[in-house]
This record gives sequence, structure tokens and C-alpha cells, in this order.
Amino acid sequence: MLRRMVLIRAFDSLLPDLYTRELIRGSSHAAIGQEAVAVGACAALAPDDYITSTHRGHGHTIAKGGDVNRMMAELMGREDGYCRGKGGSMHIADFSIGMLGANGIVGGGFGIAAGAALSAQMRGSGQVALCFFGDGAINQSSFHGVANLAGIWKLPLILLCEDNRFAMSGRAELMIAGGDPVKRAQAYGFPGVSVDGMDVLAVKAAVAEAHERALAGDGPTLVVAACYRFQGHFSGDTQTYRTKEEMAPWLERDPIPAFRSSLLAEGWLREAEADAMEEEVATAIAAALEFAQASPWPEAQEAWEDVDA
Amino acid sequence: MPEMTYSEALNLALREEMRRDPAVFVMGEDVAVWGDRGGVFGVTRGLAEEFGPERVRDTPINEESIVGVAVGAALTGMRPVVEIMYSDFLTLTMEPLVNQAAKLRYMFGGQARVPLVVRTNLGASGGKAAQHSQSLETWMMHVPGLKVAMPSTPADARALLRTAIRDDNPVVFFEHKLLYFQRGEVPEQEESLEFGRAAVRREGRHATVVAAQAMLSKVLEVARRLASEGIDLEVIDPRTLVPFDIETVVESVRKTNRLLICHEATERGGWAAEIAMQVGELAFDHLDAPVARVCGANVPVPYSTPLEAAVVPGEAAIEQGLRALLAGARWGPAEIG
Ligand SMILES: Cc1ncc(C[n+]2csc(CCOP(=O)(O)OP(=O)(O)O)c2C)c(N)n1
Repeated sequence: MLRRMVLIRAFDSLLPDLYTRELIRGSSHAAIGQEAVAVGACAALAPDDYITSTHRGHGHTIAKGGDVNRMMAELMGREDGYCRGKGGSMHIADFSIGMLGANGIVGGGFGIAAGAALSAQMRGSGQVALCFFGDGAINQSSFHGVANLAGIWKLPLILLCEDNRFAMSGRAELMIAGGDPVKRAQAYGFPGVSVDGMDVLAVKAAVAEAHERALAGDGPTLVVAACYRFQGHFSGDTQTYRTKEEMAPWLERDPIPAFRSSLLAEGWLREAEADAMEEEVATAIAAALEFAQASPWPEAQEAWEDVDA
Repeated sequence: MPEMTYSEALNLALREEMRRDPAVFVMGEDVAVWGDRGGVFGVTRGLAEEFGPERVRDTPINEESIVGVAVGAALTGMRPVVEIMYSDFLTLTMEPLVNQAAKLRYMFGGQARVPLVVRTNLGASGGKAAQHSQSLETWMMHVPGLKVAMPSTPADARALLRTAIRDDNPVVFFEHKLLYFQRGEVPEQEESLEFGRAAVRREGRHATVVAAQAMLSKVLEVARRLASEGIDLEVIDPRTLVPFDIETVVESVRKTNRLLICHEATERGGWAAEIAMQVGELAFDHLDAPVARVCGANVPVPYSTPLEAAVVPGEAAIEQGLRALLAGARWGPAEIG
């Protein structure tokens, strides 16, 4: 788990430089500071469970077991990218690991995740669907429609709200009527659980419980993970809407050093192993950059492929 | 005349109208405190400082409710100007916009007025990919009861937004991402510009080209190049699609006898087809060749640089289309280009 968190951090830390070097374009959104949510949640899922992701999706893909080579190639718009260059950062998907796609539409994942849960239920496959979404997305109409459906049909669905306090410049406390998003579960008759999103084990435990409920046929769970977006909404965000002072206490709670120290303290990991793992991640990232840059550009006529099946 | 960007010109129009009429207010996502205090593209910059949070409202993310609430406010004496961050998200506003705003006056036998402006932007730019690059103006054009504006210059942006805000009907106001930071002269005095008045951006006699926004710049560039070969193009910028100034196009076709329409929106069912049909009805005898079009390919907009460049009409495709038209040959569908 620590390795995946470190890998997400390393991957998303490259973004500003990749923009400067014009290796990537469009918009991409770093999940730095939110690694514990993605990794903790996916650690509680089975390999064939489904997830849907958001515009801030690199972490979710890596946490579900995505390949950073193909992710990086997609960011660079190359042939070996997950979507053969058609999608870019906001549209990475890997159906082979149940990753049903990042999404450029805030709230776009609710229906897809609930539909995957319905399909799992109808097929009796024993799969669960987990929908990652932000504190901003919880205000979309589709959240409410899907929560209601999932509630009455007892869908094997986990609604995982990454409450990073902001939706671009919109503060959660100003945008969410009723204050705490977790209360919304009650309205639809299923449990709402608050968890410290900076604590990867706590997230894992909360999602594991939701997973059990889903498998037992008891329906959906809303898990609200309190976390923080350490960087701007995307590269180039001037962040005039928040102050250094309010950010400071959150930055001090960085989930990666916290998890690393606790593993070291409890003897699960030795310093030398941790360092070696970090080096290995750096090598994997360097390899991903190389892989992506060596990958060919798609041919222009591919733009006309895959419009339909 | 002072120079300003398209974004600044829109900002100026909003400011002028908000100063003039207390019923005018702005709402949308990130319109008040984002960035340089307002708007992802800076259009609402500084408005919250001047007019306060009552009249410049940051909303939660729920496009359907933003437009729905605006319709209700417009019906009852306010003049909302709503920002939808990308026109792709108009898809989430279809119910209030299409079933409510566009139809209330008609259904209620003329009792209602819906003075609503929905500002948004269209177009591909720099790899924003399939869900942030669409040009959906034709969808709006298809709905009776909606007006559709798409300004191409800073001066028009200001003048048309002013007209849109003063209009008693719902107006969908399409800006173009690539134009926001382009500069142009804007008259010192507030100007009004009626809807349905096209602008002839260049006079010529060999063929007429209709294009707007990013496509207009490309067409004008091609026209400059072709002029050096003695080919004279007349270039018309429609400014508004509803109402559409068909007279100006027909008058031009009477002179040039050839017409090409260029838009970034996907070709199939796009507004080029509507204009070609109208010109066919009104000026068939004046056409020396079938009406031609160069439009976005019938595919979602892909991310990767070479793919995006292949599906969005570029100068090369426009030039090729024009040469074919001038040679009398038929220009094939976008799939071949
Ligand atoms: C339907 C829709 N509306 C608006 C946007 C623009 N937008 C992209 S991300 C974002 C904020 C989302 O906030 P949240 O759901 O909290 O996720 P976070 O960015 O904090 O991860 C907005 C408004 C969008 N992509 N889709």
C-alpha cells in the first residue's frame, strides 16, 4: 500500500514539469495529499470489483493496479496509452482491472458505478462497484438519483466521497447544505460513515465493512473520507481562494510520511526497505517516461476508429 | 478606440448592464472567487467586488439547478446571466433550458417572459478532449424559443452580450475558448448590435464563405493567402445563428455564385446544412456549384495532438475545400478529408 501511495505521489508530481516541457496538454488534476483514500479504498476491493473515477483519477487507476507506463503514454497522447491517445488524463480507463474510467464530467461516474452494481447484482457475480467522487460532485442531481435507486434496490455499491474541502474555488462548507456530506446517506436509508482520509488503514477498514455489506445484499454505503487537496485544482491554479495558514495544518498531516513512520515504528518495515522501495518507484517512473516518449503517435485516421462497435 | 481582449469585453458588458439594471445578476460555478476573482476564463473578474455576493453568486456544481433556478428568477422579474463553464455541460441543463425556458412564453399564451442569458464556451483547444471540446450550438438552434449568439470579436462580444441581456427571451451565448485572450478594438461608447445582422468581414467576388469564431480566423487567413493568387473571397460572420441573417448570405451568393460554410461543430446535422438548405430555397438559380461545407468530423474530439488536428477543420482543409468549390468539383464529406 505504501508503495502505491508513493507511486501516485511520484506520478502526479511530474505533471507541472510535463506541461512546461509540452509533453502533455489539456487538463490534468493531481491527487497529491489524497493518496491514502485511493489506496485504502482499493485495498479493500477484490481484483474484479469495479471502480469509477473522476477528473482527478491517476491515483485511483494506480491504486486499482493500473500500469503507469500506459497511463503516462496516454497523458502524452501516444499509441500505447490506455486509450490509444484518444482520452488523455481525464479519460483513462482499464477495463481489465475493473477501472471503468476517469470522467471529465463532475458526477459522471454515479450512474456508471450504480449501473455496474446493478449488473453485478443481476448477474449474481458477487462483484461490488465503488464510485469515487468529490465533495463538489455530491451536489449533482445524479448523486441523489443514484443514491435513491441504490437504496431501494440494495445495490452492491460503495459511494466514496473524497472530501478534500474544495471544488475548484468552492468551499465544501459553503456549498453543501446541511454541512456534513455524510448526513446525506440517512436520507436514502443506508449507512454513512466518516473516516480520516489521511489514514490509509482507516479508509481500508471503512471500505472493507461497506464491501461486506454490499456482498451480504444489504445495499450501498456512503463513505466520506476527510482529506485535502495539497496542490492547485490543476497546474496553473493560482489558489487565491485559500490561504497558506489554512493549508498548513493539513500539509502537516501528509498521509505518506505518516504511514511510513507508523510502519517503521511498528516494525512492519525497515528503513532500508523503505528507501529501496522509494528508489524502485523512482525507477518505475523514469521507465514510464521513457516508455511513453518512445511510443509512437497515433495515425490520423485512427480518429475515425471506435466511434461505434 | 481602446483595445481589449474578448474576455475583457464580455466583462465590460456585464459590468455596464449590472450598473444599469439592478435586476441583472450573475451566477455559476467559480464566477466570484476563482483565479483573479472571477471565472475560469476571467469573464466575471472583479464583478463580485463591485456588485457583492448577492448579485455575483458562486453556485454548487449542479448545472441543471443553476439554469432551472435562473428560469424561475427570470420569470419573476430578474435578469439572470448564468455561466456554464463548458458547453459540454449544457447537456446537463437540457430540461430547464429546452422544456422550460424555451417554451414557457408560448405554452402560457404569451403571459411569460424569460429574460435569461446562458453564457458558455465551445470549441476544441489544446487537448481538452471529448467532454470539454464540443460545439453544441446547432442543438440550441433546433429549439424554437431559444436565441443563439456566437460572437467572433471583442467588439461583437460586448455588443451582443449587451443585446442578449436586454432581450426578453432566453439566449444561449456561445463564446469560443480560443478567442478569450485575443485582443481587438472595442468602441469607447456602448454600442448596440441587433441580433440577426451578419458582418461581412471581407469583400470578394469569387466565392462566399460563412464562418464564425475560430473558424473565421482560419478562413480569413486562407482568404489572405488565396488573394495573392487573385482569388477573392467574401467572408461572412453570422454573429447570431438564431435569428440568422440569411439575406446577407443570399445577397453575397448572388454576386459570387458559390458558397462554402465552415463550422467546427460536427458536420452531420450541423448548421451548415440549414444554411445550405435556405440558400437552395432562396437563391438556387444563382449557384454555379453545389453548396460546400468544411466542418468538424463526425467523431468525438480526441485528445492526442495529431488526432485533434485531424478532426477539427484547419487551414489546409479549408483551402482544399475552397479550391474544390472553385474548380467546380464537389467537396466530399468530412470523413474523407
Ligand atoms: C458537470 C461539470 N461541471 C463542472 C465541471 C468543472 N469542474 C471540473 S472539476 C470541478 C470541481 C470538482 O470538485 P470535486 O467534485 O470536489 O472534486 P475535486 O476537484 O475536489 O477532486 C469542476 C467544477 C465539470 N468538469 N463537469
